[in-house]
Amino acid sequence: MKFISAFITGIIFGIGILMSGMANPAKVINFFDVAGTWDPSLGFVMGGGLVVAFIGYRYILKLPNPLFNLKFQLPTKKSLDINLIGGSALFGIGWGISGFCPGGALPAVGTLNADVLTFCAALVVGIYATKITQNMLRKKTNLN
Amino acid sequence: METIFTPYQSLGGGALIGLATIFLMWTLGRIMGATGVLAGFLYPSSMSDWSWRALLLLGMLASPLLYQTVMGEFPPIQVPIGKSMLIIGGLIVGVGVTLGGGCTSGHGICGIARLSPRSIVATITFMIFTAITVYIIRHIIGA
Repeated sequence: MKFISAFITGIIFGIGILMSGMANPAKVINFFDVAGTWDPSLGFVMGGGLVVAFIGYRYILKLPNPLFNLKFQLPTKKSLDINLIGGSALFGIGWGISGFCPGGALPAVGTLNADVLTFCAALVVGIYATKITQNMLRKKTNLN
Repeated sequence: METIFTPYQSLGGGALIGLATIFLMWTLGRIMGATGVLAGFLYPSSMSDWSWRALLLLGMLASPLLYQTVMGEFPPIQVPIGKSMLIIGGLIVGVGVTLGGGCTSGHGICGIARLSPRSIVATITFMIFTAITVYIIRHIIGA
């Protein structure tokens, strides 16, 4: 059941992304181009997503545990550190350059569009390289 | 490149993204963040933590075919930049979302829906930097 739920989540999320326009870089960039060819559509994506998630979470997070898992696994970090702000700033720069974000590009991989595949390959390299570097630094700190 | 304003599709798509977010929390108790799911798939902490991520990504992979079956065609993907910029953009996004611990879905939807201060700060930060980047590329460099 765990795996079926995860698979269904991927399908619902993917269809939502494809329908919304988040997988279309021209539309994403136009959302931010208020001074040019502005297209406010993506504001509706965020609005729709937030209203549903906000109301749904209010009910679900009151349950004692999820259906197919022992407990809810929520982020525990609280600090507003340099990684959070610097990383998010970098993400914004990359999103502005390419028009793709991870959630927007991944559901489009199945179209086999060459631009989507190019972006996702670079995304995977970026994530993997950062994870390895973080892990090496953590080990080094632990040794000291 | 002009695009058509699509308030209803975008609102409906957004609602589905929200639905996926609460469905994953309800069933597995997990955050529906594309970055978190992918990063944990690429760099797994354990086998049991890997498989559900693989299945979720498989669902995403299957979604264009379902979309095509219903709508008769794939959704439009218009890319106004060249391959080299896509690679640079992809690398920067990969590094950024890993350091920042999330992207539009994890911070922008899940985190804000939980009223997490970290996610609110992250979302404001990337929205501002995306807007500045687009402004510089479109109106200062003029690409």
